[in-house]
Formats: sequence, C-alpha cells, structure tokens
Amino acid sequence: MRVCISDDTAARSVGADAVAHAFADLADVEVVRTGSRGLLWLEPLVEVETPEGRIAYGPVRPSDVEDLLRAGALHGGAHALRIGDIAAHPWFAAQDRLTFARVGIVDPRSLDDFVAHGGFDGLRRALTLAPSAIVEEVVASGLRGRGGAGFPAGIKWRTVAATESDRRYVVCNADEGDSGTFADRMLIEGDPFTLIEGMVIAGLAVGAEHGIVYLRSEYPAAIERLEAAIATAHLNGWLGDDIAGSGHAFDLEVRVGAGAYVCGEETAMLESIEGRRGMVRAKPPIPAMRGLYGRPTVVNNVLTLASVPAILRDGGSAYAARGVERSRGTQVFQLGGNIARGGVLELPFGVTVRQLVEDFGGGTRSGRPIGAVQVGGPLGSYLGPDELDVATDYEALLAAGGMLGHGGIVVFDDTVDLLAQARFAMEFCAIESCGKCTPCRIGSTRGVETIDRIIAGEREDANRELLDDLLVTMTDGSLCALGGLTPLPVRSALRLAATGR
Amino acid sequence: MTYEPWDEGVATAMLEPFTSDATLVLVALQALQARFGFVPEAAVPLVAHTCNVSRADVHGVLSFYHELRTQPPATREVRVCRAEACQAVGARDIERAFADAGHPVGSRTSALAVDAVYCLGNCALGPTVEIDGAVHGRCDTDIVREALR
Repeated sequence: MRVCISDDTAARSVGADAVAHAFADLADVEVVRTGSRGLLWLEPLVEVETPEGRIAYGPVRPSDVEDLLRAGALHGGAHALRIGDIAAHPWFAAQDRLTFARVGIVDPRSLDDFVAHGGFDGLRRALTLAPSAIVEEVVASGLRGRGGAGFPAGIKWRTVAATESDRRYVVCNADEGDSGTFADRMLIEGDPFTLIEGMVIAGLAVGAEHGIVYLRSEYPAAIERLEAAIATAHLNGWLGDDIAGSGHAFDLEVRVGAGAYVCGEETAMLESIEGRRGMVRAKPPIPAMRGLYGRPTVVNNVLTLASVPAILRDGGSAYAARGVERSRGTQVFQLGGNIARGGVLELPFGVTVRQLVEDFGGGTRSGRPIGAVQVGGPLGSYLGPDELDVATDYEALLAAGGMLGHGGIVVFDDTVDLLAQARFAMEFCAIESCGKCTPCRIGSTRGVETIDRIIAGEREDANRELLDDLLVTMTDGSLCALGGLTPLPVRSALRLAATGR
Repeated sequence: MTYEPWDEGVATAMLEPFTSDATLVLVALQALQARFGFVPEAAVPLVAHTCNVSRADVHGVLSFYHELRTQPPATREVRVCRAEACQAVGARDIERAFADAGHPVGSRTSALAVDAVYCLGNCALGPTVEIDGAVHGRCDTDIVREALR
C-alpha cells in the first residue's frame, strides 16, 4: 500500500512533513515523498494508490489523518477532503504536461522511477543522432529561452557549436529570483533527472563536456535533490566519461548563488561562477561565442533545458505543433500572490492572462475584485483588471507593454496600493543593482526619491516629468534588463494608479 | 543550525583544495560560512593568499553578495519575504508586526536577526517567512510569536 505525499518546499511550508509522519505512524503504509502536482492550494495533498488510480485528499492537516483512516481513505473511501482521481481533476487534466510530465508523479530520488516513466528516452534518441541533427531538432521545435529573454534556443546552440574553441560549456541558469516564479524549483525538487537529461543532450549537441548548474541558495532542498541526482546519474553511467556506453563524456557540477538577484542575468552569473562579484558584462561578445572562462557557452534556463528531452523524444515538429505565432510549444505558468487556486500549470502558449487568473486561478484568495496582475516577475508590467485578455505569447505581451518573463503571474486584489508597488519596483532595483552602469545604480536611487516626492504631493507635475525622463534614461542606457526593464512595472503601476484602478 | 567556533588553523586546512584558483573565491567564502556561520575579517587575507588574489578582490566578493555575513549569526535567523507575491497577501502586515514586537526587518541581536528576503519560491502560498531555514507558508502575524519563541 503506497501513499504519495509531496515534499516540495511549498507543500512542506504548510505542513506536509507532519502529515507524512502521521500516516507513517498511524497506518501500515509506505509513504512515498514525491514532488508536487502543482495544485498548491490543495497542499498538503495526500494521494492513495488504488486500482482506480491515485485518489487524492486535501488539504490535509495532521489532525485529519486519523479521521481519514477511519473513513477508509486507504481504499479511496468517502470523506469531506476527498478530491477523487487527481489525474482527472479538471485543473490537472486540462494541462499539456511535457516539461512537467513527471513532476508530482515520480519519486524524485529514484532513477528507476524516472526511467519507468520515459526518462532518458530523449537522450537515447539524441545518442543516435549527429550533433548538428540534435541542434536542428531544437531549432525546428521553435523552443525559446524560458528565462525571460525568449531567444531561440536552437539558434544559440548553433552559434556555440560553430564557434572554434578547445572547449565549450553548458550552463544552466537556476537562479530563479523573480518574485512569483517557482517552476525551476519545483522541477528540480520534483524531477531533477529531467534537467540532467536536457543538459547532457545540450552537451552532445554543441560538443561540450562540462555543465554547471547555478542554483540560488534560497532553494536548499533543490540543491540537495540535484546533487543527489547527479551522484546517482554518475553511478549509473548517465554522466561521466562514457555516457550510456556511447563514448561521449559529460560531467555536471552545482554552483550555489549567494543571494544576489542580478546573478540571474547571464553575464553576471558567469562572473559569479568564475568567483567574482556578480557584475554584468557588456555584450558583445555574447556568451554563445565568449562565455564561461572566455569559451563558447550555452546559457539556458532550467525550463528551457528541461523541455529538450521531450523535444528529442517526440521530434521538434511535435513540439512546434503547439502554441501560437512565434511562441511555440508549452509554457509553465506559475500563479501566485492573492489567488484562490495558485500553483503551476503547463499549457500551450496562447492562453490569455484572464483565463489563467480567473478560470484556473479562481480569482483572488481574498474574494475581492482583482486590482492588478503583474506578469513576468519584478521587471514585468502591472496589468489592470480590464487588460487581462492579452494572450500569453512573447510578442502579444510585448505589444501590450508587458513581457512574459519566466511565466510568473502575481495577482493583487483591489486593495493594492499601486504607488507603493511602483516605489517598490524602483527600491528593488536599487537594492539589487550590480552597480556597473550609472542609469541603474544611480537612477534607481533617484527614482525612489522622486516617487516619494510624488507620493507626498511635492511639486507633483515637475517630479512626474523628471521621473519620466529618468525612466527613459534607464530604459535606453542600462547595461542589462535589471535597470532596463524596471521602468515597466514603475510606469504601468503609476499609470494604473492615475486612472483610479 | 550549529557552527564551529572560528579557528584559523582549521580554516587554513579546509582552504587547501582552493589553492591558487582565483575562480574559487566565492566557493571558498561560502565554505567558510557554512562551517563557521560567518566570514570573519581574519579570513580575508587567508582566502586571498590561498586563491592567489588580492585582499581587495576578496573583500569585493564578500561585500557584494547579500548572504555572506561578516558577523556571527544570531541564535535564531528569520527572513521575511518582501517580494510582490507575498506583498499581495499581507507581507507588509507581517513586517509591521515584527517591528511592533521590537524586531524590525534589518535588526539584529545575538538572539534574533530579522532580515528581508526577495522570494523564497513559495509564491502561491504566501506570505512566507523562513525561521532557521524552515519555510513557513500562508503566514499571518502569529508567525511573530513563533519566531520569538
């Protein structure tokens, strides 16, 4: 008898460990700790394996466990907390899970479980292909960088492969610092072998034998899980000098961040890996030509690399068949903030922000009307309640004055103080600026002061004009996206505040 | 979390694998902090000498990263998430409650340190507060009592 209970950090934050202990103490069952299904408002979620599938109960408190057992929950018995077959739950069944196919289902510590659920199928096929054929498969998929910039991954790989060098690197950006995003964390905690598989494929494609995952220190469970998975993969010949007997070599190392948001910017991250302050580098040269230690380097986000195994398994065209316009495949959306049903869901591009927030998310957790929705992390725009019909498509969001970023969507109810949010965006930039370029370093501090004067009603027109000028300077003159995109939330929050929403 | 008391001899021995590798300055500082709980001023010349960089280089790295500490940690370390997703569900109220209890964000005594953190990746179940490394979700102001216990 197996009972699956998530040990994802989010589930643990609301008591999943205590629930797991209660089951282990009170019933003769094997408690398997999986990742989370991503229906986070139902955590701690308990899934009982029955002939009819995994029957779920949630949210379960430790004090509910005795009552659940009395109700025959181990055989799927009726109870107020019974949700039913979790795979058939509308929120879950409506998704198109490729990247997140195994998260919440498998035991993330078990290589056997991973392989039994289709793990390494993509890598096995990649091993039969020439490197250039792997690259072209990724080009054909239309996969774009999921970290926020949306650059076509296959084109980047092509550049790395074509650049003469004695060695090349694959670097995975797992410095998921954007507020409202947690998909990288959930993937690494819930299915770390998929990331390893994606990185090995990237290595084969571009001729790199060394990979580094730069993982933020705020995610200790993910660090532990990934390091264990790397060790297991080594032991079983999926990393090392001779991958699956192919003669190809690839090794993987985890580097831990130290609490600097700007290290999510690719060149600052490379500086940090090289042991220095996380100061942004001027581009060009682009990292694909001169990246880590001056060598050609693939720098991709966790979700980008974790999408690669499914692309290689099913072919690029199967992936490209999903989505809209130039946004192909699936996006892993993260619903957070003041939302009734928050969590992670993977859908083809094109679904609107309103569908995500209202149909899936169920509106606000407080029950009040939506006041604003910030899409794309701390550098993304605030959308008003009547601006939510925009499609989640890189270009459509850009045209609407926003950006998709890493797919994080944060909901605020109508009590939101948008002037305070504008000020916060500027303050965050001031705190996290690496200090290399003047518009970001000084502009953010002057921006906070100017917004304070506007809030205080001090020479408001003149200060608004001054702020507008400053935002143009930051947009045009900053070295990276931190200073360059901070004007997005500032300007959109000020605009929404001014229209009284 | 328990740490060893600072010991220059132990530190020198553990830095051995980092010899003459400038790219390992950050890793060396992180290793020292993991062992001793902080990076004392005395460690700066040690790391500089080991990794073959200047003391200014080491100081530059040490002062850049928010998580590297030059003072011993408090008995209890609390981090309150201050990012947007938690703001949307009352993070500012929690911050205020810590301030009302005499421990505003940024304050530090030997018993309790309260810091801000910008996202712990628990954005659907905020507000989020971390106490001694354990993440607590869906917090209300009662978490202050828990933190002070």
